[in-house]
Amino acid sequence: MEQESGFRPSTASNVPPIVEMKNIEKHFGNIIALAGVSFDVRSGECHCLLGDNGAGKSTFIKTMSGVHQPTHGELLFEGKRMDFTTPRDAMEVGIATVFQDLAMIPLMSVTRNFFMGREPTVGRGPFKRMDIARMNTETMGAMRKMGINLRVPDQAVGTLSGGERQAVAIARAVYFGAKILILDEPTSALGVRQTSNVLATVDRVRAQGVGVVFISHNVRHALAVGDRFTVLNRGKTLGTARRGEISPEELQNMMAGGQEIVQFEGAQGGTV
Amino acid sequence: MRGSPPASADERLKTESLGTRLMKRPELGAIAGVVLVTIFFLITADQAMFTLSGIVNFMTPAAQLGILAIGAALLMIGGEFDLSIGSMVAFSGLFFAAATVTLGLPLFITIPATFVFAALVGSINGLIVIRSGLPSFIVTLAFLFILRGLSLVGLKLATGGSTQLRGVRDATEDDLLAPFFSGDAFKGLFTWLAERGWVETFGNGTPKVPGIPVEIIWFLIIAALATWVLLRTRVGNWIFASGGDPNAATNSGVPVRSVKISLFMVTACCAAMVAIITVMDAGSTDARRGFQKEFEAIIAAVIGGCLLTGGYGSAIGAFFGAIIFGMVVIGLTYTGFDQDWFQVFLGGMLLIAVLFNNAICKRVIGGR
Repeated sequence: MEQESGFRPSTASNVPPIVEMKNIEKHFGNIIALAGVSFDVRSGECHCLLGDNGAGKSTFIKTMSGVHQPTHGELLFEGKRMDFTTPRDAMEVGIATVFQDLAMIPLMSVTRNFFMGREPTVGRGPFKRMDIARMNTETMGAMRKMGINLRVPDQAVGTLSGGERQAVAIARAVYFGAKILILDEPTSALGVRQTSNVLATVDRVRAQGVGVVFISHNVRHALAVGDRFTVLNRGKTLGTARRGEISPEELQNMMAGGQEIVQFEGAQGGTV
Repeated sequence: MRGSPPASADERLKTESLGTRLMKRPELGAIAGVVLVTIFFLITADQAMFTLSGIVNFMTPAAQLGILAIGAALLMIGGEFDLSIGSMVAFSGLFFAAATVTLGLPLFITIPATFVFAALVGSINGLIVIRSGLPSFIVTLAFLFILRGLSLVGLKLATGGSTQLRGVRDATEDDLLAPFFSGDAFKGLFTWLAERGWVETFGNGTPKVPGIPVEIIWFLIIAALATWVLLRTRVGNWIFASGGDPNAATNSGVPVRSVKISLFMVTACCAAMVAIITVMDAGSTDARRGFQKEFEAIIAAVIGGCLLTGGYGSAIGAFFGAIIFGMVVIGLTYTGFDQDWFQVFLGGMLLIAVLFNNAICKRVIGGR
């Protein structure tokens, strides 16, 4: 990793959190997906949400990003209670979510994707048009901040690697004023080099003062960037630990809900 | 891990040759097609084909088809099909002729009314597709028959049993708006050119080409407008996004539903435009007007680089696609070939275009 992303003490805990979720419960009919989850993010930190498949990670972040409304519990944004009814509401206050599909269109250029739905315009009346020169410069600039030098801004997103696409999606969210960035399994489909690129991007975003919620079921990826770790299991939080307070094995065992993970030859240091 | 990369030019960027850059433009295939077809007819056809009157000869059907093809291309880029545009030409032709002849209304009422009417029918198409989530192919196939049938029934009602409604020319002859939708433009210019001997003339000194048919002018205007919208405006970006991936577009705040419904309305209005021009030109309308034009328009759009899956294509491409079409239909009459080769040619062009587009699309996405 780069030097700036090396270990550092998590942002002082006296900073009030930007988003605070208290005792969130979410029921779907007779299924209790979330049974009282509490979670908070401060600016400039990366808070990892870990959990095995079916632990409720997706339901939880969808509650945070306004896709679902909690059955019980409350969401505070900068100390004020919020009731998001659509993802737009969450986006407007500055909670941006980068879902796994990235909301990108492969055949369109990076610039067109970057500003999709929020194109800046010049001129008025019938001559109102996209400010293409500005869109290109801003896209190149925002991508450079993420450590990616685009070849040309009109290159199709389809020609980018998975990691670069992820970076475009993250850069877009940050550019449009995200205070909290929720990343849904950003590394799940990536190779080793791509993964480290994405983790470096997360680090850059954090350094800009954005609070990052990093969802993963990969302990190693989480430990590489996380400041705090919260483990979800069967719709409940099993606890939150700071960086340095917990070992990979402990995290992994918590994710598995205390059940022994099948040990096999080749599992390194007890983590998979 | 890469260090902080230099802010200057990227060392990974090879200078792209002009050819490679052109390869990434969707309209390349159509332009190459125009060049090939031109070469073919330069060799095989009578010299007269490439004189001014010959060019006007093949540009007129090209323009009539092209106006439809540009609408079809926009809709295809937006990710939908409209198979009902041919029937829409007949249906809005009926509406226009009935309003003008049977009701005797002036053009400044009947022309806008025809557009509003067409847009309304287009929006019904769109609403059904969007609301039901059914493929537009099947919904508009239904409308292909519904509108064709309604045109027949309507014509019989309006004329008392005939499937042809005459008298449009008499009803519109003195109308101030008529020159914008029928006949030739720039007549003065051509007479002036003829006086100077710069264009071919008949023995009595009148130019062989009295002016540029208005549909060609409209074709150029609509192609330029559609290209500008696609490449330079927010709406253009939304059209590409809606066709490329409606979910991603919706999640990014693109009003996908309104974009698609509007595109259905635009396509229907293109059909109405063709209906008005051809009905005024012929002085009558009949139920076969626009027959099978939906396929020709889609073929022109595909030759122009539109992908059947949406999200890619160009209006310029459809423009050239329509010109290829016009050149082949009319061009064969200048050659010794049987004119019925036309259909073979058309099918062949379509097949080549689809294969070509597929390859281009893979190239744009890259080797990954």
